Amino acid sequence: MATTSPDAPEAQQAQGDFYESSEHRSWWAWLVSQQVFWVAVAAIAACLFMAVARPDTFLLERNLFNITRNFAFVAIVAIGMVAVIATEGIDLSVGSTVVLSAIVIGLVMQAGYPLWIGVLAALGAGLAVGLVNGTLIALAGMPPFVVTLGMLSIARSLAMVLSNNIAIYYFGPDQQLLFDFGGGANFGAVWMPIIIPNPVYVLVALLIATSLAFRWTRWGRYVFAVGGNEQAATLTGVPVRRVKISVYMFAAFCAALTGVLMTGWLGGVTLALGQGLELRVIAAAVIGGANLAGGGGTALGAVIGASLLEIIRNSLILLGINVSWQGAFVGTFIVVAAAFDQIRRARGAD
Amino acid sequence: MPLLELREVSKHYGAIQALHSVSTAIEPGEVVGMMGDNGAGKSTLVKIVAGNFPASEGEMYMDGHKLELHNPTDARRHGIEIVYQDLALCDNLTAAANVFLGREIRSGFGPFRYLDHMAMIQRSRELFAELKSETRPRDLVHRMSGGQRQAVAIARALLTEARIVLLDEPTAAISVRQVAEVLTLIRRLRDSGIAIILISHRMPDVFAVSDRIVVLRRGKKVCDKPTGESSPEEVTGLITGAIEAA
Repeated sequence: MATTSPDAPEAQQAQGDFYESSEHRSWWAWLVSQQVFWVAVAAIAACLFMAVARPDTFLLERNLFNITRNFAFVAIVAIGMVAVIATEGIDLSVGSTVVLSAIVIGLVMQAGYPLWIGVLAALGAGLAVGLVNGTLIALAGMPPFVVTLGMLSIARSLAMVLSNNIAIYYFGPDQQLLFDFGGGANFGAVWMPIIIPNPVYVLVALLIATSLAFRWTRWGRYVFAVGGNEQAATLTGVPVRRVKISVYMFAAFCAALTGVLMTGWLGGVTLALGQGLELRVIAAAVIGGANLAGGGGTALGAVIGASLLEIIRNSLILLGINVSWQGAFVGTFIVVAAAFDQIRRARGAD
Repeated sequence: MPLLELREVSKHYGAIQALHSVSTAIEPGEVVGMMGDNGAGKSTLVKIVAGNFPASEGEMYMDGHKLELHNPTDARRHGIEIVYQDLALCDNLTAAANVFLGREIRSGFGPFRYLDHMAMIQRSRELFAELKSETRPRDLVHRMSGGQRQAVAIARALLTEARIVLLDEPTAAISVRQVAEVLTLIRRLRDSGIAIILISHRMPDVFAVSDRIVVLRRGKKVCDKPTGESSPEEVTGLITGAIEAA
């Protein structure tokens, strides 16, 4: 894209620090070179199209409520996935972590414990899964794909063993609190003019926290350094192993959070919960600009990627197109996103 | 008293002997040119001094005190800085981020500490100015020329009060004009009292700036004498083994 040539460093300097932003001349040139921007444009275009084509159904408050809530579940996990992908890793076990943490909160609350203990137990179970993943990958040096593929199987199996292979529909004395937490809106504040599902609030909080962490903390810097050049990170004293363990724990934490919210929303835990979620999450992250070769990606991108997927899914249903086409659309977007990245690279190389 | 002294340092990986009882020393403000063929043990020696891994046998002394290095951070704390052959840069980060990688400037207090981007950019700009490099702190490294990348790597070494700078093949991948710049830089570092170990294949570069020449062959030191008393022909013979030792 619009690169500044090295011919006028003084002129560049004179513009002051703010406009000296990396390699782009203006914020507009910068914006249009961002994959996230185009994905957002596609998502908005899809919304506008639907608003015109199906104004009676798409714009219904109930439908918009469902879209935002559904994509929030995927987006929360996708934010965690971006951190993993940024270190040149992958986590295939997030779907299984969702069901494991859901079973854990179900069993703990069923036993009569309050909501907050159930949530802590579920998040703890998630973090434990992440710790095992991260340890095997960072300390034993095993490939992330293999380790998390194994964990995909193990965590779901553990969920089945713990629950005795029985779905959970009873959550003890705090049951209503849990249902309100995952399925409610505005955290019960009735004075809000629009209804926003609770998971969306959680998503926004996580998005802001993660974006700040990526940009403003040493951890964020190290995550991208490890993905950019692991050898260099090691040589300069970056605690590469700890960083790697941390990203898998973060991804698992996000998955566990989704597990808790989904349990509250569905009002029960079935053992098929979260099946195949990992692929949608990875798709959302990649469409949102996460680079599977490591070193690139943003939390906002993952969220926008997830929203595009959900809008497309919703649109196909409302347009009466066979739902079987959904996979073809998602797949096309993944390939287009990858192609976009390829083109940007090719231009950057010369 | 030498700034850094190596006493009979050896390193083996299993049955492979990478370094064989190497002893040498370097004074402040001295430039030592270290030469040898591929696999002669130069990189192994650099990594031991950099704290990347310990020697199998032998000791290092700094200012006469025994030096124990467990990791690169230890080495840096003692003022030992390395400019790696592949420059150890993260292409996806900016020049400033690379200069400060592993020792970022942070503001705030307690657990609420955040990266001070402006301070790091400012300091990087000063360093690049000192190096008379056109490198801009906010540029991404993957868009930079070989010379600019070299400047980033060297700026990183100068970030703290370096006492010894090890340059691993600093002139291997850059243009002729940039080689002259790097050599000027090496002299400037030397004049400020920094000891420099220059590892290089390029004979003219080594003879241009070194006070002393050390030659390694198959993990053994085969030569260690003032540059004035040697010649490119002799060093070539020592590297290839045509001359046994000098």
